[in-house]
Amino acid sequence: MSSANDEATELAITDPETAIAIASAVRAGDRSAREVIDTYLDRIAAHDGTIHAFNEVLVDRARARADAVDDTVAAGEDPGPLAGVPVALKDNLCTRGIATTCSSRILEGWLPPYDATVVERIEGAGGVVVGKTNMDEFAMGSSTENSAFGPSRNPHDTSKVPGGSSGGSSAAVAAGFAPLALGSDTGGSIRQPAALCGVVGVKPTYGGVSRFGLVAFSSSLDQIGPFSHTVADAAAMLEVIGGHDERDSTSIPQPVPSVTAALDQGCEGLRVGIIKELSGSGAGDHGVEGIAADVQARVTEAAERLEACGAVVGEASVPAAVYGLSAYYLIAPSEASSNLSRYDGVRYGLRVDGPSTAAMNTASRTAGFGDEVKRRIMLGTYALSSGYYDAYYGKAQRVRTLIIQDFAKAYEQFDVLLSPTSPCTAFELDAKTADPLMMYLNDVCTIPSNLSGDPAMSVPFGTGADGLPIGVQVLAPMLGEVDMFRTAAVLEHEAPAGGAAA
Amino acid sequence: MIEYTTTDDNPAHEDALGPDWELICGLEVHVELSTRTKLFCGCRNEFGNEPNTNVCPTCLGLPGSLPVVNETAVEYAMRLGLALGCTVQRGVFARKNYFYPDMPKDFQVSQYDKPTNQDGQLTLPDGVVIGIERAHIEEDTGKSTHIGDTGRIHGATSSLVDYNRAGVPLLEIVARPDVRTAEQAKWYVAELRSIVEALGVSDAKMEEGSMRVDANVSVRPVGSTELRTRCEIKNINSINSLGKAIIHEAKRHIDLYATGEAPVQETRHWDEAANRTRPGRRKEDADDYRYFPEPDLVPLVPTDAVIEQIRAGLPALPSARRASLATAAGVTPNEVALIVERDLDALASDAIAAGAAPDRVLIHAEQSMADGSGALTAEAFAALVRMETDGELSSTQTKDVLAELIASGGSPADIAAAKGYEAMDSSELEGLLDGLIADHPDEWSRFCGDDTGDAKKMAGFFTGQIMKATKGQADGKVVNQLLQARKG
Repeated sequence: MSSANDEATELAITDPETAIAIASAVRAGDRSAREVIDTYLDRIAAHDGTIHAFNEVLVDRARARADAVDDTVAAGEDPGPLAGVPVALKDNLCTRGIATTCSSRILEGWLPPYDATVVERIEGAGGVVVGKTNMDEFAMGSSTENSAFGPSRNPHDTSKVPGGSSGGSSAAVAAGFAPLALGSDTGGSIRQPAALCGVVGVKPTYGGVSRFGLVAFSSSLDQIGPFSHTVADAAAMLEVIGGHDERDSTSIPQPVPSVTAALDQGCEGLRVGIIKELSGSGAGDHGVEGIAADVQARVTEAAERLEACGAVVGEASVPAAVYGLSAYYLIAPSEASSNLSRYDGVRYGLRVDGPSTAAMNTASRTAGFGDEVKRRIMLGTYALSSGYYDAYYGKAQRVRTLIIQDFAKAYEQFDVLLSPTSPCTAFELDAKTADPLMMYLNDVCTIPSNLSGDPAMSVPFGTGADGLPIGVQVLAPMLGEVDMFRTAAVLEHEAPAGGAAA
Repeated sequence: MIEYTTTDDNPAHEDALGPDWELICGLEVHVELSTRTKLFCGCRNEFGNEPNTNVCPTCLGLPGSLPVVNETAVEYAMRLGLALGCTVQRGVFARKNYFYPDMPKDFQVSQYDKPTNQDGQLTLPDGVVIGIERAHIEEDTGKSTHIGDTGRIHGATSSLVDYNRAGVPLLEIVARPDVRTAEQAKWYVAELRSIVEALGVSDAKMEEGSMRVDANVSVRPVGSTELRTRCEIKNINSINSLGKAIIHEAKRHIDLYATGEAPVQETRHWDEAANRTRPGRRKEDADDYRYFPEPDLVPLVPTDAVIEQIRAGLPALPSARRASLATAAGVTPNEVALIVERDLDALASDAIAAGAAPDRVLIHAEQSMADGSGALTAEAFAALVRMETDGELSSTQTKDVLAELIASGGSPADIAAAKGYEAMDSSELEGLLDGLIADHPDEWSRFCGDDTGDAKKMAGFFTGQIMKATKGQADGKVVNQLLQARKG
């Protein structure tokens, strides 16, 4: 556990280095990867006791990897586009021989015998894995408070949550523990913590990044994506981890789109739609409730800035998006109830003995899972049960189809869409833990993209009335990453002070 | 749930149940596909290796692992589906969720409402058509060994699990409850096995578990069209046990109805040693499998071109082969079933085409080739049968020559000559007979008398004497003709 915080502390890094700058210096031989990693390890050692971004910091391994990168440079070879760049990995990404806990007791003692595809690709590109980051248990949550190992804290204000479920990764980047991190986004678990921590967070097109080695929460919704200080760094990371992987049957058989090349294209003529149902203006009968005024104001401001830069801005409608949350809380728990069945105490992880196999299963799962995980397993088991399937899981899938259709219709008129990422800025620890529904509402704007499979990202855009970061969400159609990054790059450039780092 | 309907156009009746009760039986057969690797990973699909050596993160269901479909397994499944006359359609994998230690993910990937193969049929050798509801692809589970007195998970002190079998591709062929006799059930399984073997998609060995048969058994009063409560019999290890298990189970149902009781829907296990079924899982605690589409896999969408290519590559199936030989031999398909099962139909057809008498060809194939035709060629077979029907060889001699042809090949004429089997001409036989009549006048008059029984006995006597004198080289048929003519 972190040291007790009697008062709020600001530990966010104010002058972050970009991954691109580090890689460029290391590739050129101007800086050693070892020196880079030591700088970051020092910062982690100084502040992670407070932030608790990491479940495990891989000090020796990271140094050894950095030395290997330096050897490669010394040998006159190119370590790759992430040469010497420290990368933090969410603790649901499998790392060979290194604990992968999903912040759950049930995986106690389990060491994966293999690396996730994204881990292979990062290390193949010269990246240096610095540690495994804290998360809501099995990625179920929006504050990182559901971690079995205690919550992470928001570097901008340590009395606040960093968001979740990838809160450890967003906090790690915001605190300057690594310029890049990976998270997973099932209902907003990259974008919401990115918004709350004032960093960039990307959920790529479903199938754009291999899920092989990502411990599943909800297989049809899960997608891996980057956190970074800048849009360009996120683009560079996406180009490393994206692209087809034959080990994931849902991986799109296409090379990753070249997003970096699109970053300086501007937004001249780009058709931008503000999603009516996900903004304050549409609240009430036709839209979601609870979008804070300061958050909505930043979205409006972002649209204005885009318009000023040449975009054509209008109001878009995705009517079924308002049912996204309901559909999500049937589909995701249903898949989770099945995905998490394997944690039964038989083969690995926690085992609590009992008088019979079934009793051992029950005792192990009772001791190993936290309350939120148990809640969702029960919800999902119920939704899939004989006699309820059509009314719950079946109906949710039909809503999902409607959302896909509504988005497709909106994209006939617009190239990209805008909305808030999170309805509010970072909230106090424990503020929402007693009310799961309140917590679920944090993802109301991000969930629709998971259901549709379309890409979406959060870009820091100014601060709220409380001085904490606000993120604007840019959404694009399937494989529309190029336009999404173009828009994000303009917003980053136009962001008001206190917003994007850069 | 799966519809359970019968076509009710099978006229057969199971006599073991008496005249008042009718057997209703539906068979579910699991066939392990003999692909090189497992269904969703690259692990070897082999029987009998050291436990837990053919395993990887995917077939162990480790966190983060994902399945990738083995295309050969899908092709094998479609091959069998097409051979059973099924419609091959867009197949969707689903998860069947239940907790069991030999299932690494605690769910089984199977096909539920959208199986790859739907609605086909299998024609038994007697012409009865058994409907096939579906033939779907699924993964096998691991194998548990329970240590303790019971041998079952309940009451075990500990259990060992071998995951080598986990993820092995299976095709489950679900038949409609169209079987009406135990014999038909046995024929169905034998026929399915020979189809599977002909297609080369499975070893289909019941004793090794690469073919597993479950029988759904119920009974109803003759004349009724209802479907009564059924019990599913598992643990049937041979085709013979299948027949016994079905009869036993049906009789158990009849006995229950006779005392005013009724069977309970349940799974029962066949106990071979005790020759009876024993209760397994009751319906009350049956699992709710919570099927839903497997999100880690995409639907299988075979193109028409692929389906037609597989169809065109199908070998001749047993039913077509039976029909073909039956036509050539002028008999019913049922009469050549054994020959087709022994893979002797091509040889028999060729011998018949070369002019051999069909009835003799079929008899020799049935009586002398239980272990195959060895070195025998169709030409030699035809020549041998001609020698036999021309009276050059007796049937005993023909069998001797045939055995040698099967063992080491060659020409029947040479073998017959080497054995000294020379054709006896009838004048020689007549001379012999004259001598015998002279030496045995009493026997001859008894042969010519009115007591047909006694005459028959004496015919045997004279034939025997001639055989003795010719050391078996005389043709019994010719001798009989001579005797009848002389009696005249």
